[in-house]
This record gives sequence, structure tokens and C-alpha cells, in this order.
Amino acid sequence: MSAFRARPMTKITASAALVLLMVLLPLLNITIPGVFPGATYTPGTLQLLAYAMLIAALALSYHLLFGLAGMLSFGHALFFAAGAYGLGIVLRNFSPSWLPAGATFVASILITVLIGFVLAALVGSVSLRVTGISFAMVTLAFAQAGSVVVRRNPGGQTGGDEGLTLDVSHVPDALVGVLNTRNLYWLSLAVLVTVYLVVLWVEKSRAGHVVAATRENELRVRVIGIRPYFVRLLIFSIAGALAALAGAAFLLLQSGVSPRVATPDFTLTLLVIVVLGGVGLRWGAVLGALVYTLLDQRLTALAGSEFIAGLPDILRIPLSQPLFILGTLFILVVLFLPGGLAGLTRRNRRPQRPRARGRERMLDSEETT
Amino acid sequence: MSTIVLLLITGLGLGALYFLVASGLSLIYGLMGVLNFAHGSFLTIGAFIGWEVARRLSDGSWWALVAAMLTGAVVGALVAAATEFFLIRRLYNRHIEQVLVTVGLALASVALFEGIWGTDPTYVTSPSWLGQTTEILGARIPNNRFMLILVAVLVLVAIVLFLKFTRYGLIVRAGVENRLMVTALGIDVRRAFTLVFAIGGAAAGLGGVLASIYYGYVSAHIGGSLLIFAFIVTVIGGLGSLAGAAIASVLVAVLQQFANFYLGGTGDLAVVLALAAVLLLRPRGLMGAKA
Repeated sequence: MSAFRARPMTKITASAALVLLMVLLPLLNITIPGVFPGATYTPGTLQLLAYAMLIAALALSYHLLFGLAGMLSFGHALFFAAGAYGLGIVLRNFSPSWLPAGATFVASILITVLIGFVLAALVGSVSLRVTGISFAMVTLAFAQAGSVVVRRNPGGQTGGDEGLTLDVSHVPDALVGVLNTRNLYWLSLAVLVTVYLVVLWVEKSRAGHVVAATRENELRVRVIGIRPYFVRLLIFSIAGALAALAGAAFLLLQSGVSPRVATPDFTLTLLVIVVLGGVGLRWGAVLGALVYTLLDQRLTALAGSEFIAGLPDILRIPLSQPLFILGTLFILVVLFLPGGLAGLTRRNRRPQRPRARGRERMLDSEETT
Repeated sequence: MSTIVLLLITGLGLGALYFLVASGLSLIYGLMGVLNFAHGSFLTIGAFIGWEVARRLSDGSWWALVAAMLTGAVVGALVAAATEFFLIRRLYNRHIEQVLVTVGLALASVALFEGIWGTDPTYVTSPSWLGQTTEILGARIPNNRFMLILVAVLVLVAIVLFLKFTRYGLIVRAGVENRLMVTALGIDVRRAFTLVFAIGGAAAGLGGVLASIYYGYVSAHIGGSLLIFAFIVTVIGGLGSLAGAAIASVLVAVLQQFANFYLGGTGDLAVVLALAAVLLLRPRGLMGAKA
């Protein structure tokens, strides 16, 4: 992890090497027992990794809101669901004869991302009228409304409780079927890298600096003569579009989507991921998503194991609930590890200098902006 | 006419449930600035343990019901006070972290409830009178609605009396107004924090037992689904305002019932639209102190 404090060039080289490794992973035969369900070239492992990467992309888009702009949104799942359901519905209904099949597919994805952007702009324009805790509750209410709409199955489009299955007639053959999991893995990786680059670009842009400044001290930003509302709305909409992109890829990967992704609980999961990884750090969000997804998967496998079944009730019941363990872990991280997993590595590098907590928090925010 | 009466009284009954959850949320937020996501879990644990007690006493008698309600309230209060003491207090004045801790607690506790009581709803047996109906102006109203309204009114009166006529009530009211000043006057506000959490937890636990009468069952998710509407109610009513919470719970629940009946089951959407409208016209809520 020492690369993260190093000179920019080394940083870029290290990132490129990491991406290259991820690109080559489906061609390699690496087995890590206890972490992956099988060797890295098997569809099961690739599916899990692709899933983790899409969650990482989603967590990155949430990082824009929470980490960069300091907006505690409880409705981010809405845009992910809009992406997943949106692509499903667009693919089923959008088939202009003048477009070749491949172009229809690409156009559908672009339309979906646009839907995410517009929806986020609409929701944001109302909910950004309030800030702080009220904002959190209002976004939660919108997400709940979205969840209700999806379950109600308007016009037979969302499939209600059963969810929506991907209509593959306009999807390129290379992205359909278990044998092509490898391609879906690469697609997910491409989505993650794209989202990462967009997030990086937004963070370094003027808008990014303005929202980061607003997060620290809104009054000062107003005094300078900038109205934070529109910049916040822009960031909110971009985050919505990125979430929709991740959602669209999610639909392709899972070849379907269930109403679970529209529930407010799913947003809470995202919040857990971002905090677990380390608030305010891009790779913290990615790390959190990978750790959370793998832990969730392994804990679910553990819950069904004979070892757990043989334990007395008082141990068996908590241990057989992955979410209980993850929730408890999350509480412990919030209480004892304010910087998340990313903060852990930073602390280990300089263990010889004990500092007051307040100062440490100040430094944290300096490093992340 | 009879339909309108039925919808109105059912709405009031549902509003009573919302109020039992929202009153605690609003008080806690008003005094401490904490958005308590674990409030739904206080409700659920109150309901589960209340009914466990009722089942052991006897099925379907009034005494068992009263015992369940008291147990629910006590359990809710204890769990809430423990939450404040062990988790929230450690993060004093760090509001985002406090929200995060309650989120973690909500996730973990719902999973634990599912582990203990299973994912299927547990059906409850209440006194048979509650399952019958009474005719008012031609409308056949389920009797349990009257009990919900009665209990909620009693809770409202009790909280108002506590706030107006006790020393701790005075401290809580002053703390909502200006916490810094109360501390500067040498009063330990933290004890009031625990107290407010306990009161909110008691109302939620009681609400849990009543909610399971209303729905006819207890499940691990009963608190979470009510919590979202309670959040909406607190925002519409104005954060930190008890009267606002009371008025808004009735408005929201009645609106929900009417929209469900006349607009083809769109009650949940109507509530969210109402929330958006309130935010556009009056961002601080109906009775909120400041934006």
C-alpha cells in the first residue's frame, strides 16, 4: 500500500499494473482457498468478482455524494435500480429498425444512463432544498417510493416481486450465457475503471473543489459568491448517472434483477461499504466493496456449513446470519476505526507518533480533499 | 359516507402507530441531533418479547395483552437506554457517526431477529373483542383501531405532562431550545439524553405490540417498514416538534388511507408527494423551529 503516498508517476504505474492484473485474471489459474469459491478462471469466481466490481463502481458513485460532497443520501439505490430496470425495459421496448443490433444495444445503455441522470436531477432538485439529516430522510422517502413502484409492477414492466429477466434479443451473443462470464467480467472491469476515472475527473474539477469546500464550510463558499445548490445538484446527478451505469451492467451480469436492489436496505449496504473502506478515499470505496462482497459470500457459505450447525444455539443463531456479523463489524469500525480499512493502513505506517484524535481527523480531511 | 368514516378512523389508528414511533424519533432528534435508524428495532424487539410474555401467560386474554404492552414498553426503554449508553454516547456530537452506528445496529438486529424468530411472520392472538367491529354512522370499524387511538392519545398526554411538569421535562425542553446554555448552567444534559432515548424506546416498544395487533402478526421487518413512514412524519411535522409529529402522523396516515382507496392503492406514493410538496413550500416542516 506504500504506493499510495508515492510520486504521481509511480502511482499511475501501480494503478495500471493492478488493472492489467485484473484484466489477465480470467486467463490465470490462481486458487485462494477461503476467499474465492474456485480457481480464478472458473465462471463462479469470475461471476463473484464481477459482482464485487460492480458494487465497487456503485460504491464509488456513492463516494461522490458522501465522501466528496458530504451529502448523506439514503436513496442511492434508486438510481442503481433505475439503471438495472431501465436497461431491461428499454431493451424490451426499444428496437428501431434503422439501427443495427449492436448499435441498438449501445444506444439502450446510453439511454439508461441518461435516465439515471435525469431522474437524479429531478430527485435532487427537490431533496437538495434541505440539508443534513432532513436530506437523508427525504432521499430515503424517494427510494421507498421507487421501491413501491417497482414492486407494484406498473404496466407489467418491472415484473413485481419476481423481478425482471433480461430480454436477450438485442444483447450481443458474447455477453450471454455462463460460458461468456469472462466477457461479462471484462465488461464489469471496464465499468469500474470508467466510473473510477469519471469520479477522479469530477474530484479534480472545479465543481469537485466547490462541493468539497461546501462540505467543510458552506457559509464560506456562499460568502465567496458561489451558490452551492446547483453544484451539489450537478454532483448528485452525475452520481445518479454512474449508479445507473453500474445498474445496467448489473442487469447484464445477473441476466435479471430483483426488487431487492430498489429497497432502502440496499442503500444502507452501500453506506456500510463506503464507511468500511474509509470515507473520503476512492480506493477505500473499492476496497470496502471487495471486502464486503467477499465476506458476505463467504459468511453465507459458512452459515450453511456443518461446523455452524453443530454449535449451541447461542453461537449458532448469530453466526448463521451474515448480516448480523457484518452489521456488528460495521459498528466496531465506526466506533474504533474512524478511517475505515483504508485508515488502518495509514495508521500502521506511522505507529510511532501517537496523536490526539481531533488532529488526526483534521489531517484525514486534508488528505482526502 | 360510511366509507369516509371507515377510512378516517382507520387512518387515525394507523396515525396512532406512526405517532408512537415518530414521537421518540422527534424528541431524540430535537434534543441530541441524532437520526435514530435503530428505532424500528426497538419497536420490533418490544413486539417480539411482549408477545412471548403474553403467550406464556395465556392466549387472548386482556391481562395477557396488558402484560405484553407493559413488557414491550419496558423492553423498548431498556434496549434504547442501553443503545444510548454504550453506542451513541461514545460518539458525542459526531452526528454522522451516530447515524452510522444506528444504521449498523438496525442491520445487525434485524438479522438477529430473523435468526431467533425466523423469517416468517409470527401470528398473534389478541382478545376477541379487538377482532370484532363496531358500527359507527353505518361504517363497520375494527375495534383495535379505537384501542390504537386511545393508547396513542394517552402516550401523547403522558409525554406532554412529563415535559411540562417535571424537572427533567424542563431540562429536555431547554435542551431542545439551546443545549449549550443548559450545559453552561451546570446541568448534566447527558442524563436527559439517556432518558429521552428510554422514553422514545418505550413508546416504540408499546407501538410494536400495537402494530402487531393492527397487522395481526409480528415479523423482523415490522419496525423497518413503519420507521420509513415515521421519518416522513417527522420531516413533515418539523424535526424536534412533538406537536408537529402528532399532527403530521394523523395527516399522513389519513392521506395514505384515502389515496389507497380512491386512487387505486397509491397511498405510499401520495405520502412521498406530500413530503415533496411540504419541502418545496415549507422546508422546515409544519411546526419546525428553524430550517
